[in-house]
Amino acid sequence: MSNFFNKSDLTRQNADKIVSDTLNNCDDGELYLEESKSESIVLDDNKIKSSNYSSDLGFGFRAISNEVVAYSYSNEISKDSLKNSSENLKSTLKSIKGTYNHEIPKSNKKFYEDINPIEEKSLDSKLEVLNKVNDFLRKKDGSVKQVTASFAGEQKSIEIIRSGGEALTDVRPLIRFNVSVMLEKNGRKETGVYGIGGRQSYDDYLKNDNWKNVCEEAFRIATVNLESKPAPAGEMKVVLGPGWPAILIHEAIGHGLEGDFNRKKTSAFHDLMGEKVASEGVTIVDDGTIDNRRGSLTIDDEGTPTERTVLIENGILKNFMQDRHNARLMNTRSTGSGRRENYRHIVLPRMRNTMMLSGNQTQDEMIKSVDKGIFAVSFGGGQVDITSGKFVFNCTEAYEINNGKIGSPIKGATLIGDGPSILKEVSMVGNDMMLDPGIGTCGKAGQGVPVGVAQPSILIDKMTVGGTKL
Amino acid sequence: MVKDQEFLKSKASYCLDLAKKMGATDASVTVGHSISETVNFRNKSLEASDRSDGLALSIETYLGKRRSSISSSNLLDENIKTLIEKCFETTKITPEDEFNSLPDKNLLSKKISSLNLYDETRFENDKKIKYLKDLEESASSDKQIINTESSFTENKSNFILANSDGFCDGYKTSSFTTSCVTVAKDENSMERDYEFSSKRHLSDIKQAKDLGNKAAKQTIRKLSPKKIGSEKISIIFDKRISKRMLSVFASAISASAIARGTSFLKDKIDEQVFTDAINVIDKPDIIKGMGSQNFDSEGVNSNTLKLIENGILKNYLVDTYNGKKLKLKSNGRSGGTTNLYFEKGNISYEDLMKKNSRSLYITETIGHGSNLVTGDYSVGATGFLVEDGEFKYPVNEITIAGNFKDMFKNIILANDLEFEYSVNSPTMMIEGMTAAGK
Repeated sequence: MSNFFNKSDLTRQNADKIVSDTLNNCDDGELYLEESKSESIVLDDNKIKSSNYSSDLGFGFRAISNEVVAYSYSNEISKDSLKNSSENLKSTLKSIKGTYNHEIPKSNKKFYEDINPIEEKSLDSKLEVLNKVNDFLRKKDGSVKQVTASFAGEQKSIEIIRSGGEALTDVRPLIRFNVSVMLEKNGRKETGVYGIGGRQSYDDYLKNDNWKNVCEEAFRIATVNLESKPAPAGEMKVVLGPGWPAILIHEAIGHGLEGDFNRKKTSAFHDLMGEKVASEGVTIVDDGTIDNRRGSLTIDDEGTPTERTVLIENGILKNFMQDRHNARLMNTRSTGSGRRENYRHIVLPRMRNTMMLSGNQTQDEMIKSVDKGIFAVSFGGGQVDITSGKFVFNCTEAYEINNGKIGSPIKGATLIGDGPSILKEVSMVGNDMMLDPGIGTCGKAGQGVPVGVAQPSILIDKMTVGGTKL
Repeated sequence: MVKDQEFLKSKASYCLDLAKKMGATDASVTVGHSISETVNFRNKSLEASDRSDGLALSIETYLGKRRSSISSSNLLDENIKTLIEKCFETTKITPEDEFNSLPDKNLLSKKISSLNLYDETRFENDKKIKYLKDLEESASSDKQIINTESSFTENKSNFILANSDGFCDGYKTSSFTTSCVTVAKDENSMERDYEFSSKRHLSDIKQAKDLGNKAAKQTIRKLSPKKIGSEKISIIFDKRISKRMLSVFASAISASAIARGTSFLKDKIDEQVFTDAINVIDKPDIIKGMGSQNFDSEGVNSNTLKLIENGILKNYLVDTYNGKKLKLKSNGRSGGTTNLYFEKGNISYEDLMKKNSRSLYITETIGHGSNLVTGDYSVGATGFLVEDGEFKYPVNEITIAGNFKDMFKNIILANDLEFEYSVNSPTMMIEGMTAAGK
């Protein structure tokens, strides 16, 4: 746990006093202190290309009155610096008075250990694994022309000080291991990428040569793509595999259910609460409480314990995801979804681990039911236009389906759909829900935060596939 | 106030001295300070203010051909000492890489000329508020506009780059950025669009009224879109999308992608990549240019480069490390392009619109559908169906797809180039792409 008050002339008593003085006449706000240590080691083109260590320290001071949020950050933790920020907040809010809400829920549950994954494993042993990955893949097949492998580890310690002196703390570990391989065969080049990660130590992932599985998967995807044909263009049936393809849920539904867009009525979902927005049998939750998952948080970045929020239950829209600010303005409570990339950024309502729960059909049944369509197994990134509801994501592994059978692999194509209507097109929900391997980062308003997704196989009756073959 | 050169220089030399004392054979350090103030408006009233004040330090230490780096925002001497120790310890056990080195001394920038990148004008938050009020007033004048969000950001930055070969230089830059996002609604749909302006000098920022009007107009015309069928159709890219083709091109000719062999433009130097009417220039010394620089992120002097001349690829974007791998000298492009643009074409916007009886005009694309290894391109798109040079109706929920290798050879550029951003393109037409809809 970081001690933020032994670094300069700023004592805890000073900080408490400045925070209370500043926030006294505001509706909400807090001082957020953060210290993070991170490491990244990259092997590329047969060499250790970079090893970087960084340490970051700073505070973000926020005051809210009515609908106005004033924010100031600095990476100098000192009495002067905090006072400057305080003056800055006061000047923005000078004419708006509020009543501070002292209430914040408490929980003793923790969803990850207090560890520093960077220090738990020596640099030497990490370099050794990366070199093994490179040798393993290059020896595996002559078509391997490029290998990139990387470790990224982080420990972030935060402390939230609220008006009145209440303090909340959290220590968050996060790791990521990634392998990318490029193959070349008959003049054609294709890549395959696979990775794993979570809020835990490297050892859990690297024991028993687990890294080999990651290599095999990246290699398999690249091999499939070497045989891929141009993708079809037009509307057709789409079967999505379990796990990572749930970024469809994240883009199509998740962002549109974040509190801020709904308070501002700019989300396509803002007037659909209590309405049927998905086929029966579709239940979607956003859960921050799964042990060691990338999107899990013991407390969010406002200090609220996270929870499992039911967004859609059996097709009916039940809840939005809320931070304190939007919850207060919408007369509801925070769902523990207030997040920020780091102290440089304001809090926004964000997703954690977004999951569609299992139904009772099988992937086989889905494939068999499709005359002409595609089977999408893995995706790269996605994006959504919240207002029009249109969303896209890019296939990185997909196949044609012809007459109920899986056919040739197809080239990476973008799939486009309409958020509010896509879940009504879900006609089968599989019994095989799977979590993603722990690799997602969600971007919103220029801030990236780690997230998770999960889903079973699903059949979507109509979606536009953005290939080139008419 | 943004920290002055003296303060940053003293921190930089403290770092270099310390690294040398510990035994580093070479070292380089960047120290920067940046202050930003943003005011946000929503529906004609103040929504948020945000002030950021950030120091940043990054150091690379070398031991012969071994190298590693650290970065931090904590500039207390005690912390810097701990970090450099850690950095150097890491350097010792990092394997050698024959291509690791500081840039060649004779390529380093000798003298910096003023590019007028800093405007010291202070635009107080009260003035930002006044600007945004005017902006949102004009943006929301049409009843169909149901939400407006706008912001004004003022940024002042300063930095010093120093290395153990004696390079030590840096300069102040400023930027003023304002943007407006509007949402319009009718009985069939809700749509969003935007407009923004970003300049080095305050006086060059667009008028609030014009910016708001333009955002609103662009949003309202998107209402009640239709989906079209799947077909081969000629596509016209609005300037704000056509410049993205240049960004893809720039990524594909970075020395790092070329050295790794992961670019569809590898080994294409002196080959025809675009039609022979196309020229692509990267010019670092445009006065007040958003992408202008005196030297790159390694201190290497950067000159104007003709990347594409009459359709032929002439240069990669080369940094020191990847340059050594490719046996090329750095051309001052560590950190990428500066002010990148297509030279204007010789057909007017109106004639381009009329060139085909039917085409698709794209104003927005979403998704990350550019594959630099294969050149495959597939993205979600929004725009308008154009018939006989006129917008017929808005189109959405479609995708457009092709392969850059073919697309680049089918580009026709209008003559409406303007220098607004760091990447600039005229309106562009590409024939032979596939649109997927119904």
